[in-house]
Amino acid sequence: MTFLNFFISGISLGSIYAIIALGYTMVYGIAKMLNFAHGDVIMVGAYVCFYAVSRYGLNPFLGVIIAMFLCTVLGILVERFAYKPLRQAPSLAVLITAIGMSYFLQNTALLLWSSNPKVFPSIIGRGAFKLFDGNLSVSHITVLTIVVCLVIMIVLTLFISKTRVGKAMRACSEDKGAAQLMGINVNATISMTFAIGSGLAAIAGALLCSAYPTLMPTTGALPGIKAFTAAVFGGIGSIPGAFLGGLMLGVIEIFAKAYISSQLSDAVVFAVLIIVLLVKPAGLLGKSIQEKV
Amino acid sequence: MTRKIFMSALLVLAMSASAFGAAFKLGGTAPLTGGAAIYGMAARNGAAIAVEEINAMNGDIQFELRYEDDTHDAEKAVNAYNALKDWGMQISLGSVTSKPCEATAAENFSDRIFALTPSASSAAVTEGKDNVFQMCFVDPNQGTASAQYIGEKGFAKKVAVIWKNDDVYSKGVYDTFIEAAPKYGLEIVSDTTFADGNDTDFSVQLTDAKDKGAELVFLPMYYQPASLILAQAQAMGYAPKWFGIDGMDGILTMEGFDKSLAEGVMLLTPFNADAKDERTVKFVAKYKEKHGEIPNQFAADGYDCVYAFCQALAQAKANPDMNAEELCAKMIEQFTTMTFNGLTGENVRWSSNGEVTKDPKGMVIKNGAYVGLD
Repeated sequence: MTFLNFFISGISLGSIYAIIALGYTMVYGIAKMLNFAHGDVIMVGAYVCFYAVSRYGLNPFLGVIIAMFLCTVLGILVERFAYKPLRQAPSLAVLITAIGMSYFLQNTALLLWSSNPKVFPSIIGRGAFKLFDGNLSVSHITVLTIVVCLVIMIVLTLFISKTRVGKAMRACSEDKGAAQLMGINVNATISMTFAIGSGLAAIAGALLCSAYPTLMPTTGALPGIKAFTAAVFGGIGSIPGAFLGGLMLGVIEIFAKAYISSQLSDAVVFAVLIIVLLVKPAGLLGKSIQEKV
Repeated sequence: MTRKIFMSALLVLAMSASAFGAAFKLGGTAPLTGGAAIYGMAARNGAAIAVEEINAMNGDIQFELRYEDDTHDAEKAVNAYNALKDWGMQISLGSVTSKPCEATAAENFSDRIFALTPSASSAAVTEGKDNVFQMCFVDPNQGTASAQYIGEKGFAKKVAVIWKNDDVYSKGVYDTFIEAAPKYGLEIVSDTTFADGNDTDFSVQLTDAKDKGAELVFLPMYYQPASLILAQAQAMGYAPKWFGIDGMDGILTMEGFDKSLAEGVMLLTPFNADAKDERTVKFVAKYKEKHGEIPNQFAADGYDCVYAFCQALAQAKANPDMNAEELCAKMIEQFTTMTFNGLTGENVRWSSNGEVTKDPKGMVIKNGAYVGLD
């Protein structure tokens, strides 16, 4: 039973990684850039939601919708001012800009909202489903996170594979130049990708802080890095891969803590990552593309 | 917070304007922004109140106080320290938190600028430096004192410890707690850790403590992870006794924190804002009026540091024209011999390695407020 309990803890931690990883992987899959500021957009989303609910007493779901709207706007602005001017620059320059943007968002949050940790009000309360005479408990937020994750995953996959905008996104991802020649507005498509990614970040922020309720300007940074790891683990660019990678990362982390050593848990997680990448360099569900010369 | 920084900047300006010439330049670094700002702001505010009081007495000793932000980062602390040195700092308040203070203490030592840190408690802060002193307990003492307190009061026999293994503060307390525990009849049944990056989920650590029948969980850490631990323990229906150290101070001021989670949490801290002696009452009232909250231990430490300096400088007959090195020699002589009475303890004495001796006070959180245990 303890094993099952740990498994559930792992899934709930993993589902949080997964939902953050979805945003990472989507932006990477289409815009081919690592948006390291993703974790900080999550933090902004969580703050917006926090203020909407705690200060203005709005319904939590309304709070999440406001956060989604503001994060989408923020994502478009960040893309417009920080990434778009670098469209032709080497990818390393864009990566550094993304890291800079991450610090910029953190420090702005520090000025706006101060560093004192705030306790986030859970969007659906802190209840849990009790199974097996209460020996096993699965918190509502975990179930909600997994459901939301699955829904987002399915909707995103359908969106990218069936709609016109989705097709344009795939075209941009394969070859920006050729896509432009085919009459696709590459800039608008990439902005669209960021808008969706940032909207998802707001949902991830609300769920992250509902599960682990302290909110600080650095709240998004470390889960962001972990989620990035999860995305690489599952195969970056692959949407189901992000989901699988996130869950596995969470479960491995909890099991390593429980059965190996709480001191070594991160070392174990990353050792597993290295092994997976040695065996499957593209990640669990990643496509390995042969570059034709 | 920004308004507070602005106000305190004004305060500093006002003080420096009023203290032309004959004032000792007293400088310190503290996290005024960032995750540890609650400590930095408190220590700075406490010191500012003491400076204001002392200057208002128009005695021989006048201070000019300046604090620089180090964001709880060692590298930034050294930059902040250098800025203070350029300003002409004669005596130093070190840094507020341990990691940065280890860095600035090394600078204090090589520059021969005397330092008395309000709250940087790791042993490495003072180790091997004859001119760096602490107002707070050194970490190892907190561990020993906690074990002694728990054992002698008979709170528990079976104890679990959850600590943060990438933090010198937590590790320092943990090491001596583990060492002292058997002496006071405590059995450590569960010993688990966390670190930056996996400090969100504590289900494994709590399950371990629960399964092994720990009656009391010792939490040598800052309050932010502690708040998560308390919430998750409640969610899984585990209700042991909780025992924290000075880093737990501040948990009640977290915005949105459900204070009932901290009900019954005990902590060892040298300062009790509920104490009825005249000086504490006066200080608490003044602090509340200025900053709108009850001062924590860090504020009292900052306040005491300035008064300790005042006493030492008066006894040494020092004057502000002396350079930092002359003052340093005089301060070392005073601090190793004098006895100081402050808010954080009576008969405070320092050993030549810079560590302080005073009695800790046990506190418990009742109805959302700190109450003395004794």
